[in-house]
Amino acid sequence: MNDISTWDIARNLLDGALWTIGLSLTAFVLGGIAGLLLLFARIARNPLARRLAQGYIEVFQGTPLLMQLFIIFFGGSLIGLEISPWLAAAIGLTLFTSAYLGEIWRGCVESIPKGQWEASASLALTHVEQMRYVILPQALRIAIAPTVGFSVQVVKGTAVTSIIGFVELTKTGSMLANATYQPFLVFGFVALGYFALCYPLSAYSRILERKIHGSRAH
Amino acid sequence: MALVRIDALHKHFGSNHVLRGIDLDIEEGQVIALIGRSGSGKSTLLRTINGLESFDEGCIEVDGERIHPHETDLRALRQKVGMVFQQFNLFPHLTVGQNVMLATRIVRKLGDAEARELALAMLDKVGLREKFDAFPDQLSGGQQQRVAIARALAMQPRVLLCDEITSALDPELVNEVLAVVKTLAAEGMTLIMVTHEMRFAREVGDKLVFMYQGRIHEAGDPQELFANPRTPELASFIGSIN
Repeated sequence: MNDISTWDIARNLLDGALWTIGLSLTAFVLGGIAGLLLLFARIARNPLARRLAQGYIEVFQGTPLLMQLFIIFFGGSLIGLEISPWLAAAIGLTLFTSAYLGEIWRGCVESIPKGQWEASASLALTHVEQMRYVILPQALRIAIAPTVGFSVQVVKGTAVTSIIGFVELTKTGSMLANATYQPFLVFGFVALGYFALCYPLSAYSRILERKIHGSRAH
Repeated sequence: MALVRIDALHKHFGSNHVLRGIDLDIEEGQVIALIGRSGSGKSTLLRTINGLESFDEGCIEVDGERIHPHETDLRALRQKVGMVFQQFNLFPHLTVGQNVMLATRIVRKLGDAEARELALAMLDKVGLREKFDAFPDQLSGGQQQRVAIARALAMQPRVLLCDEITSALDPELVNEVLAVVKTLAAEGMTLIMVTHEMRFAREVGDKLVFMYQGRIHEAGDPQELFANPRTPELASFIGSIN
């Protein structure tokens, strides 16, 4: 049964890693858009919008990602929707990502001093104009480092989707381990793969953080 | 007809009754100095005039623009009322010029050339024309505050509110800001200032308003009130700061 070479293992894992990257990017981009909407709802004047967004965030931060994936995957088929593992994984990770990014960004917006709101209000800017021209440009600078840092969590989060059968890096690894009886070698490669994806991101996040704290405000 | 009319104004912070029926008329071109101990309600009163604080009862009218308790549409009012803050509150991500031009472009919808010209004229007025392209953190506190004044003036307000605008400055920088305010007063700008600069209030103010426990306790000609305070509270306040 040992006709699978190390080269074959590496090649298959590389294929899986591409799906991991694809899922991470999808979740990060769509989750970013949804997170932006959540951010606006969280800091809206309308109390209903604030409460709904807070409820959403609490649900997704208060339950394991795996349960969210199960509910989307099995819940879909329960109501007659044919949801592929890929679609369930993309939806689940997007929702998970949006809840965290929305909350990270809200923290950044709220760290902008109250005087900035007051000064822009006294110049007769509307709430949206205050956000657009005064608050968000400043919050964005602060947000870059933690946002890049969180992307590491998204990449590692994709591993969980292997349990609902989405064939990404981890799932490819377990299939190869079963076929080759070399789990240590295979999962060693898998771990290296995740490290190769995550380390540059967290290193970049650290550089950004140092840059922002060390530089002036522009 | 007064430019600013404040009528039976009441405000509560929870159970704390901070403004207890304020009546105040301010004529065009007047310089009003609001004084009083901290907690007397002077800053709160100032901040209600452009809607940064809401109020519970009464009415404020600025140049025909009336606002009622818990008003939310404040855009028209705020175009008539400029404000300068203790902490300057310049926008740190924008240059000096962009700080001054931001609202004139967005709110007053001026074109680029016109906004730029106006900003340069306003910066000229505060003596900082050459700082147009600098960022706020490259300026001293006094310079930042002068930019903040230029930014407020660019909206061409009818009234300028000044909330302890020299309190955060090093002593040697106070005068350059006060000199700008003095010029504005001389040009006929209507000014309402909360201030601890008593000498300035006496020299430049047309009317002194002494607040005590949420009410206007005494008001009148600054020279006269400083020389002969009618109430023991004002006498003790003047005594405590000299």
